[in-house]
Amino acid sequence: MTRRGSVLAFGGRPRTRTPMPRDLAHLSDEALVALVARSDEVALGELYDRFGRVAYGLARRILRDDALAEDAVQEGFLAAWRSAPRFVPERAKASTWLLTLVHRRAVDLVRREERRRAETLDERVHTTDASSDEAVWLRFERERVQAALARLPDQQREALELAYYGGFTQSELSERLGQPLGTIKSRMFTGLGRLRELLTEPEAEGREQWKPTPSTS
Amino acid sequence: MEADAIHELTAAYALDALDEREEREYEAHLARCPRCREELASFTETATSLAYGVESPAPPPGLRDRILERARAERPNVVPLRPAWRSWTAAAAAVAACAAIGLGIWAVTLSRSLDRTRSAREQQARVLSIVSDPAARRFALSGAHGTLVVSRTGAAALLVSNLRPAPAGKTYEAWVIQNRSPQRAGTFAAAKPFRLTRPVPEGAVVAVTLERHGGVEAPTGTPITAAKA
Repeated sequence: MTRRGSVLAFGGRPRTRTPMPRDLAHLSDEALVALVARSDEVALGELYDRFGRVAYGLARRILRDDALAEDAVQEGFLAAWRSAPRFVPERAKASTWLLTLVHRRAVDLVRREERRRAETLDERVHTTDASSDEAVWLRFERERVQAALARLPDQQREALELAYYGGFTQSELSERLGQPLGTIKSRMFTGLGRLRELLTEPEAEGREQWKPTPSTS
Repeated sequence: MEADAIHELTAAYALDALDEREEREYEAHLARCPRCREELASFTETATSLAYGVESPAPPPGLRDRILERARAERPNVVPLRPAWRSWTAAAAAVAACAAIGLGIWAVTLSRSLDRTRSAREQQARVLSIVSDPAARRFALSGAHGTLVVSRTGAAALLVSNLRPAPAGKTYEAWVIQNRSPQRAGTFAAAKPFRLTRPVPEGAVVAVTLERHGGVEAPTGTPITAAKA
């Protein structure tokens, strides 16, 4: 209750002048969404600073095009801006909600872009500013998720990747892979269930002590 | 116990891998099945962790400002709506709210079909809010029949009546040109009213070119149509 109270007081400031730069770093993601629901642009900017990069990487993976990826991220964040008042924190983490909105728009775009989806799903590898804390943290997360994916049976991994990164519906996958729809459904269901276990498993030894420090590689 | 077949769709739904008809069927089931709602919340978390499984290069530096600028431009649209328009939106919002209650409160946060409907409705509403703004300025297009409408906030819509659908593999792309520097303002396929993805300042030129599918960073062809705001 006290936290909520302070959030409301924060967002309720008069807006007659250019807002003072505010440091919102101490707020939870969910508190930021509460501010965004009150049309607080600074909070939207902070949300972008926290998730814009992941969102852009995801959209780019799905769309395979930098300009389209920008459009998807922009539309996803604007959808968040408009629908923040309807966000229910008990139902989902703010990050999940936001990335779901971006994912949805990227998938909608790629479904209109048949040409792109026919391209093979090879991973383009870049070595960018790998020394910033954020980049190092994201690389750690990427390795963690990829390690979990690698432990799935091939067919389950394929179904999850083509659906989530390829934007294919289950019916399209059934056709593309020449498998009955029921088989595709259960590969997704079993695969996602197994991925959940792998991701929530106690970390492999050494991982828990990991800290974001500049890497030499 | 619910039928396993539909329960199993929870994974596809969390991955965004259902078509619209399947989505609606699944959501109808979800409204009655607390077990699926629990499972969905958890599966959605897991599916979203896949977002972290790919390369994440830093987004282009201008994207943050563009998002904030658009957000700012949209805010005043809520206030000056005319009565007829307001009641239409209110009705639409009421329908959406009823649907949300029907589906259970979870839907408000994670419903795919609601979000999709809302997204289409908002696109349309944003174009209409520009076009129906009595203070908006209108400019005739050269090279095609149509109008560029620019609201007080700079939000702009393009209405072109005689554009043929873009050929296969091509798309129309709009540009906002200032100081001879064209900035991307969105792609569109056919002759429907189109809302530019960036504001149009006074004196800027809006142009449309035919580009490869997906659009390009800078125009490659001569403008099909243009207007000066």
